[in-house]
Amino acid sequence: MLELFEILLTTGFWAATIRIASPLIFGTLGELICERAGVLNLGIEGIMTIGAMAGWMWVYQGGDLWGGVMFAASVGAIFGLLHSIFTVYLGLSQHVTGIGITLFGSSLSYFVYRMLLPSASTPPKITAFQTYKIPYLSDIPIAGEALFSQTPMTYLAFLTVPVVWYILQRTPVGLAVRMAGENPVAVEAQGIDVLAIRTGAVVVGSALMAIGGAFITMSAFDAFFFGMINGRGWICVALVIFASWRPGKALMGAMLFAGLEAFQVRAQQISGAAIIPYQFYLMLPYVLSIIAMIIMARKAKYPQALLVPFRRGERV
Amino acid sequence: MPVLELSHITKRFGALVANDDISLSLEEGEVLALLGENGAGKTTLMNILFGHYVADEGEIRIAGERLVPGQPEAAIAAGIGMVHQHFTLADNLSVLENIILGTQSLWSLKSNMTQARAKLVQMSEEFGLIADPDAEVGTLSVGEKQRVEILKALYRDAKILILDEPTAVLTPQESDDLFVTLKSLTAKGLAIIFISHKLHEILANADRVAVLRRGAIVATVDVKDADRNSLAETMVGEKVVRPKLTAFSPGKPVLTLNQICVAGPSAEPLLKDIDMSVREHEILGIAGVAGNGQSVLADLLSGLVDAEAGWVELLGEKMQKFSAAQIIEKGVGRIPENRNTTGVIGEMAIWENVISESLRSENISKFNSIISKPNAIKQAELLIKQFDVRCDGPLAQTGLLSGGNIQKLILARALSAEPKFILANQPVRGLDEGAIAYVQTQLLAARERGAGILLISEDLDELLSFCDRVAVMCDGHLSPSFEIGSKTIAEIGLMMAGDFIQEQRSMANAN
Repeated sequence: MLELFEILLTTGFWAATIRIASPLIFGTLGELICERAGVLNLGIEGIMTIGAMAGWMWVYQGGDLWGGVMFAASVGAIFGLLHSIFTVYLGLSQHVTGIGITLFGSSLSYFVYRMLLPSASTPPKITAFQTYKIPYLSDIPIAGEALFSQTPMTYLAFLTVPVVWYILQRTPVGLAVRMAGENPVAVEAQGIDVLAIRTGAVVVGSALMAIGGAFITMSAFDAFFFGMINGRGWICVALVIFASWRPGKALMGAMLFAGLEAFQVRAQQISGAAIIPYQFYLMLPYVLSIIAMIIMARKAKYPQALLVPFRRGERV
Repeated sequence: MPVLELSHITKRFGALVANDDISLSLEEGEVLALLGENGAGKTTLMNILFGHYVADEGEIRIAGERLVPGQPEAAIAAGIGMVHQHFTLADNLSVLENIILGTQSLWSLKSNMTQARAKLVQMSEEFGLIADPDAEVGTLSVGEKQRVEILKALYRDAKILILDEPTAVLTPQESDDLFVTLKSLTAKGLAIIFISHKLHEILANADRVAVLRRGAIVATVDVKDADRNSLAETMVGEKVVRPKLTAFSPGKPVLTLNQICVAGPSAEPLLKDIDMSVREHEILGIAGVAGNGQSVLADLLSGLVDAEAGWVELLGEKMQKFSAAQIIEKGVGRIPENRNTTGVIGEMAIWENVISESLRSENISKFNSIISKPNAIKQAELLIKQFDVRCDGPLAQTGLLSGGNIQKLILARALSAEPKFILANQPVRGLDEGAIAYVQTQLLAARERGAGILLISEDLDELLSFCDRVAVMCDGHLSPSFEIGSKTIAEIGLMMAGDFIQEQRSMANAN
């Protein structure tokens, strides 16, 4: 038993938690922005996949790392635009469109990958983002070692949280986004274009999702292979509810899930752990996340106009 | 020069002409009322003015300047403020956030909250419209929300204020307060247009009234030259007389509720210790501002929610829990609140909707499982004739009927079996005068036969002219019922605001 607690005291556990949390932070914030504006984006899984492929491919073709991140974000933005044409402008089902975008995004990623690398049998590697130790801060035992010797993309993920919070809560455009998710008629009645606000939110949110995907191939690993997003997008959708649509809580949720994930990997390796089948450990983060989500989300204030398309000049 | 001038506005929705060559003008400091029945085109006209819709023909001038059509931002910039019937507020955001949306450049890096707050506080003092800037809008009462809507318009320096059915959701006292506020606004030079179909309100508060009928303006008169009867006749286009109650001595109770409680999602129950009874030959009215538990009561009596405590005695049988099927079997006639969503299934044919409550009757289904379509259609044809539903026969799609005809269809379904108890929830809301008279006549005929009727309505005038007794609902509580005429409108208004709850509590404590 004691060994289980000792895991929590190792730097490795905390460093892994932060690493696993990073793509989830990007994805969750991206989804959160979309949903705050009233648009559910179930395209997230596909957008993360194509982000992972695009960023990696950019670097593999000779581009630099940050260029790859930007490229992934642009591709994500284009997919966001596609999603908003269907859901915002045409007012189609957000569920169906989202699933469609996911299928399209994933398939297109694999297709393009195979087109460009028809004969690669083992996934080729790139030189991914390297750990950058922040001077002095990374010398603090455990917390500092875990938090401040990560890759630049992880720092970017953690930095995105306050930025998204500030934009949503403290700027006029953030207010318009939140209002568009609560009562789009109110936005129009104040002379602001609801469709433009919603489209903007979906495009920016999708770009963030794609960066989350790029993290996997450019920071966590250094290659692209099939199925590597592995449901992370769906986890982000759940985390948004866990977070009650708040960026700060989204960070908490991503850390919690990542912590459970990092913990179960280590718990499996403890002597005597084999009494319990390993599938149980694999299941653990999901079960605990569901329980945490139920507890946290019970009092959540849904954006009132989530899933409700807005059509100008329509008779009510 | 008039502050506002509408000339030759025409707007069509498909084949329907919602506004037909409308011309209007408005002077500074004037209160203009737009009177008309539901569907006469009042709201459409105001939505064109505010830029929600684009008119097919005609133009709008504000202080002589032509207004760009179809752009709310242009209307706001020109000084038009609109208080919509359904508030355009976000419940999860604060009052201040709701008001400042759109007032600052979207791309500025910081919302200027301090300055906005100061302006709001100064304004609410100047106009006597008190509102806490930091309160979450969802926690405000309906009257307070309306104040926020008015402040929102004033914050953007509105010169012309449009209010769409502003008193529909207010208690009589709140309505009085609203008109006091409006008066003080006109004193400061604002011009006001308010939409209403309540004649007494227009006669008391407007300077001029424009009457709309089927999309066209049929008269514009000074209020001092108008009276109730002439306005009503102009609005409807013909003399329609609503049926009057004839005296009946009530019989034994058909429905009794004893200490009924219904739990809600939060700790607060939705219905609290409801006691009431409806007797034969009697109409009991339930008054109250929308959302105070009336629809829960209706759901309970339709078998859609269960009571947590207490019992119901329906037609001599004491029950605690009952399903919708049981209610139908007992022969209760139900007229639901929303005829389009819970009353009928619009996509299905008329005959299907008509027989939906008699699926188990032997006449219509064989062995309780196979519907005999010829019999069903025969019955539907009979009812269509009997209740004068204007349609292309029983095979026509229900959703294509007008509101009045859908309501007739629901009446046919609910009343044809001659129920002993009828639950009528807002049976005439949104209908034109002719249809209202028809529905009321049918209900009175049922009362004459011996049915007890529970009539839920938000329209106090309707209740006072059409019920034997009235009880008031507020916050899930139901007041004791009283005979029509035993209380003034002001007293009933206080009850609607919850006065009786205190009395009930102190009485309960005394016991």
